[in-house]
Amino acid sequence: MKTFAVVFTGHVDHGKSTLVARLLLDTGYFTDGKLAELEAAAQRRGVPLEISFLLDSFQVERDQAVTIDATRIWFSSATRRYAIIDAPGHREFVRHMVSGAADALAAVVVVDAVEGIGEQTRRHALLLPLVGVTRAIVAINKMDAIGFDAARYARIVADVRAGFGQTGLELVAAVPTVARDGDNVVTRSARIPWYDGPTLLGALEALDERAALHAPVRFPVHDVYRRDDERILVGNLDGGRVEAGMTLVFSPTRDSARVTRIVRFPESGLPALAGEAFGFTLDQPIFIGPGDVASDERDVPHVADALDATIFWLDRAPLEIGEHVRMRCGTRDVTAVVDRIGGVIDIETFYERPASSLLRNDIAQVTLRGLQPFVVDPHPAQLSRFALYRGDAVGGGGIVRTIVAERATRRRSSPDVASLVAPGVSAADRSRRYGHRGIVVWLTGLPSAGKSTLAARAAAALFADGWFAYVLDGDTLRSGLSGDLGFSAADRIENARRVGEVAALFADAGCIALVAVVSPRPPKHSWRCS
Amino acid sequence: MDDLDALEARSIFILREAYRRIRPLGMLWSIGKDSTALLWLARKAFIGRIPFPVSLLDTGMEFPEVYAFRDELIAAWGLDYRNAECPPESSVDQTLPPGGRAAARKTEGLKLLIARERWRGVILGIRRDEQATRAKDRIFSPRAADGSWNFADQPPEFWDYYQTDVPDGAHLRVHPLLHWTEIDIWRYHKRENIPFCSLYLARDGYRFRSLGEKNITVPVRSQAASLDEIIAELASTSAPERAGRTMDHESEDAFERLRSGGYM
Repeated sequence: MKTFAVVFTGHVDHGKSTLVARLLLDTGYFTDGKLAELEAAAQRRGVPLEISFLLDSFQVERDQAVTIDATRIWFSSATRRYAIIDAPGHREFVRHMVSGAADALAAVVVVDAVEGIGEQTRRHALLLPLVGVTRAIVAINKMDAIGFDAARYARIVADVRAGFGQTGLELVAAVPTVARDGDNVVTRSARIPWYDGPTLLGALEALDERAALHAPVRFPVHDVYRRDDERILVGNLDGGRVEAGMTLVFSPTRDSARVTRIVRFPESGLPALAGEAFGFTLDQPIFIGPGDVASDERDVPHVADALDATIFWLDRAPLEIGEHVRMRCGTRDVTAVVDRIGGVIDIETFYERPASSLLRNDIAQVTLRGLQPFVVDPHPAQLSRFALYRGDAVGGGGIVRTIVAERATRRRSSPDVASLVAPGVSAADRSRRYGHRGIVVWLTGLPSAGKSTLAARAAAALFADGWFAYVLDGDTLRSGLSGDLGFSAADRIENARRVGEVAALFADAGCIALVAVVSPRPPKHSWRCS
Repeated sequence: MDDLDALEARSIFILREAYRRIRPLGMLWSIGKDSTALLWLARKAFIGRIPFPVSLLDTGMEFPEVYAFRDELIAAWGLDYRNAECPPESSVDQTLPPGGRAAARKTEGLKLLIARERWRGVILGIRRDEQATRAKDRIFSPRAADGSWNFADQPPEFWDYYQTDVPDGAHLRVHPLLHWTEIDIWRYHKRENIPFCSLYLARDGYRFRSLGEKNITVPVRSQAASLDEIIAELASTSAPERAGRTMDHESEDAFERLRSGGYM
């Protein structure tokens, strides 16, 4: 039985916990002892039993009649199981709301019939689509307090609809309720005869599960485990399907390699489907680690230097323009600079106002520049959702809207990709012919360190033993291929890039390419040496 | 992917995230259905070999069947098991009711274990649906140096992004089963054929639904003598899971106070 998760939000005191509790009570959820336990507690305090006591579990919550933190509770209707996430409405607890809502498929927004749409309600309406919740049912609660007035109800619903219109939150149903007494929660109210729509439970039952969008292959590498001399890349597959024999491209390097085996415990082998946690091994020892993203070669994520995002800020200390934060997207951490704050969204008007810093609970458009490449997909996509860390603490989060600066990535031609261009001779064919596969051995060091001599001797020894080996010597290449280059920093980098590309082609051809080039400084970029 | 696949995938992610970011790391194994399922998930996450030690907070008061089951599994799964003896009952506040005294011994035992092993993170098999304060906990839940839980100021958690560091001396409780329910656990036991202690099955009209120390845990009336019967029973019962655990019921906020002070 699948679980349908729904988050309940609303302005403080609008009756959210009471509504949830009533829903649970009227669907027969409560276990034998629970109601008696709480009746006794209410009696001790000399107050009437509040249904919300059932959910507000901390003593302080019951004493002050407020919800401090999101809770989660499960109940079943005749057709499916629900997980209810009850999130607190106070302004200072928006981060708990975010924590609660991120798992939900839909929201129930509770609005007090007397007070109408409140600041919290607006803020939640903005936040919910940000965390992926795009559908809402609105319960106009405490209808008894406005004498079950149909006209006032209609005005509030119109207000809510107008307010939601600008947020991306779709109002799928509005229901007039009295949570305390159970009107239109599970059973139809006789006191509201003019309303002919569904009860709250009926409206929930009408929501479909929305099949996951067709998503491309995205496998954020979570970790690398060594087992019996195998290097196993582990992670959770966000979309698509991965099976042995498939060629994967890894971002940001765009290196590619073929999956040799799907690894699981206790049994390995079967193809892996979206959502699954598994591991796999590759046919080549390319340098891949946590934070890299594997994808299908036909549909790769963006590798970007700068991006525009909508973010929510949760930390007490403001986020300033120019500040460095750690952006985690998937399993990848990138140091990012807040380049620009485009505007903080005003929750009264939904207009954006300029700001130079973000306060706790602000929602804003920002530009982030990465000191390392970002690997992202624009919203809506799993890899558009990120968290911002300040130090070790989660300071906020957001979604990627657009790519501002794409990093120039060249498609690396792996042996497999090359064989697509020249079908007929594969890397496997070549290694059968030569008895080994091609690799690059890169000898690096200062001038006169002995690189060329060492490479030449090694090549001679390998050749004598029947290996296909060749030396790519820096000086030789400088006289031809890189004859147009000098010794400036930029030229040195370009020279190294060319040598790397030539070496990769030699390796692709099945050769053991021994490269001997001067490296007077640590390489600023790493090139593929597969 | 069915619902058990989704629960499993999320738990495996949490286990790997804990192992990647928190060292030294250990796990509490109460030998019950939840933490045994969690051990199985850890074997899956780490492809057969659990890379951290596991400990029982041992009051010496577990049922003999529990100890026997523990020893069997340590051998069968090659666990790095480290027993954590709890301080004697005479060392805790004697004015506490019996359940509270047992909980206090375990709370102290956990503090000693964390100090001895220098754990920065400890993995536990608690679930939100067991108890109302557990429902409000975080998956990566920071605890102060004295083990206390500041529930009014918990870090945000969304989209599988967690806060995975704490100041020196403090530690993180990691809860990979927080999003599971009791019936999920038994359905998973059945699907994966995970071994469990025989006390969960009914004998002479009674079974243990939640396993604690023998002096403070009572069996519940049940005819469920197989996994299928347990699952059928849970689908229809309205009795709470921890009804047989006396420590929860000694006062209205008994469990909240236990947990604020460092209990699991």
